[in-house]
Amino acid sequence: MDLLTALIDPLRDLPVIGVFIKLLRGLPMTLMLVVPSVFIGAVIASLLAFMRFSRNPLICGFARCYISIFRSVPLLVLLFIVYYGPGQFREFLTNLGIYWIFRSDYLCALVAFIINTSAYGAEIIRGAVLSINPGQIEAGRACGMSRWLLLRRIIIPIAFRHALPAYSNEFILMVKATALVSIVTLMDMTFIAIEMRYRTPAQNSTVLYCLAAIYFTINYVVAWLFKKVEYRVSAHLREPVTNVLSPDTQPTL
Amino acid sequence: MVADYFETMGFGPNGWGWVMLRASGMTIFLSVTGFFVGNIFGALAAIAKLANNKVLNVVANTYLNIVRGVPELVLIYIVFYESSSLVTTIAQTFGYPEPIFLPVFPVAVTALGVISGAYLAEVFRAAFLTIHKGELEAARSVGMAPGLMFRRIIIPQVLRYAVPGIGNVWQFILKESSLISVIGVVEIMRQTKMGAGSTHKPFTFFITAAILFIVIAFFTGVGFRKLEQWSTRGMKRE
Repeated sequence: MDLLTALIDPLRDLPVIGVFIKLLRGLPMTLMLVVPSVFIGAVIASLLAFMRFSRNPLICGFARCYISIFRSVPLLVLLFIVYYGPGQFREFLTNLGIYWIFRSDYLCALVAFIINTSAYGAEIIRGAVLSINPGQIEAGRACGMSRWLLLRRIIIPIAFRHALPAYSNEFILMVKATALVSIVTLMDMTFIAIEMRYRTPAQNSTVLYCLAAIYFTINYVVAWLFKKVEYRVSAHLREPVTNVLSPDTQPTL
Repeated sequence: MVADYFETMGFGPNGWGWVMLRASGMTIFLSVTGFFVGNIFGALAAIAKLANNKVLNVVANTYLNIVRGVPELVLIYIVFYESSSLVTTIAQTFGYPEPIFLPVFPVAVTALGVISGAYLAEVFRAAFLTIHKGELEAARSVGMAPGLMFRRIIIPQVLRYAVPGIGNVWQFILKESSLISVIGVVEIMRQTKMGAGSTHKPFTFFITAAILFIVIAFFTGVGFRKLEQWSTRGMKRE
């Protein structure tokens, strides 16, 4: 019975509700990192994706290098480069007048996250554009659409729909990535959890389980929201709902 | 500036070159072992998910969802803190009084294995589902036992279809291995932090870490592409 009591024991030491409330104080930081970085990242990613389609070898090459480099650097390394790196060139950057960006913990983390997510997002968007049926683009051209009209009416709406499932994954990866900012001492949920764990006398790990539960819930909600949006934008692909028994579909005299 | 960089990172008396190379070796060793353990976890989870057994399905799904929904850093902390206390508790039930502290390396490998296993399970499952049903029926009709069928029909094809996915998970786990620095294994990231701290040249060191990761990712990526070509050599070319 010793093993069983030891497994239940952590729950007795800490009132779990209190732990959740304390951890949730870090939630605004997590959201403030994820939401702007994914949205700004998506804008940069679309630019990169279209640069990748460019026939100019310089533009295409730049985008290709950017994507392959930042996809193979771990986010933690990127975070450390942006966070600690500029200290080495302090005078130079102060003269340039941009050192203030690197003075703020939050902006540093945001910059690192945007660079990372834009590289991954660019590949997702490129894949989505490539999966458009060429017939649809030809049809647009045949109707005499200009490049921009074609982009606005045909390519962007279809690519958006194709990119949604993969982007939902990317969003979840970013939510999970925000836990890394605790290593550079930003006060997010993970940081609070680790602090709390050290301060409780028995150092039990209930806090970590609560933390995991919160992240899991956030990701569940994100996945659910993306499914909702996907359902909304694919109305024309669904089977029509024909409910013969409902009174409004009955023919009336 | 460039000369300064090569002096810091070179192999001279004050250079950090050898130390960084050793750390890279550790990163590769850590990722490879973690990845290997992950393959075992992944195969077991995939089999459990494909099995015709409700309990196994629920267990596999819980494992996959938890690992994919919880940050890797938090998982690493949980494995790190809980493994020692779990082993201690088990030891105490058998009458061993002292608390036990596990060495860091096996804990790190377990953590990476648990994480990569969840992603590999999905890769294996997807690969299994692409096997034509007729092939399994054919194997059964010539009287193959399940074990023989698994070895001769399922494994070769699953591995062939899974190679690109396995390559992706490898790249992912290579990058995740940088998180292991938080629990104290001296791999690239940990070594870089120490170097940056003692020389006050953080940019030099972190850029080097990035370059090392890019180089490892590039060469292993080439390796996986070769493996993919080799494994699909008997298939029709599109």
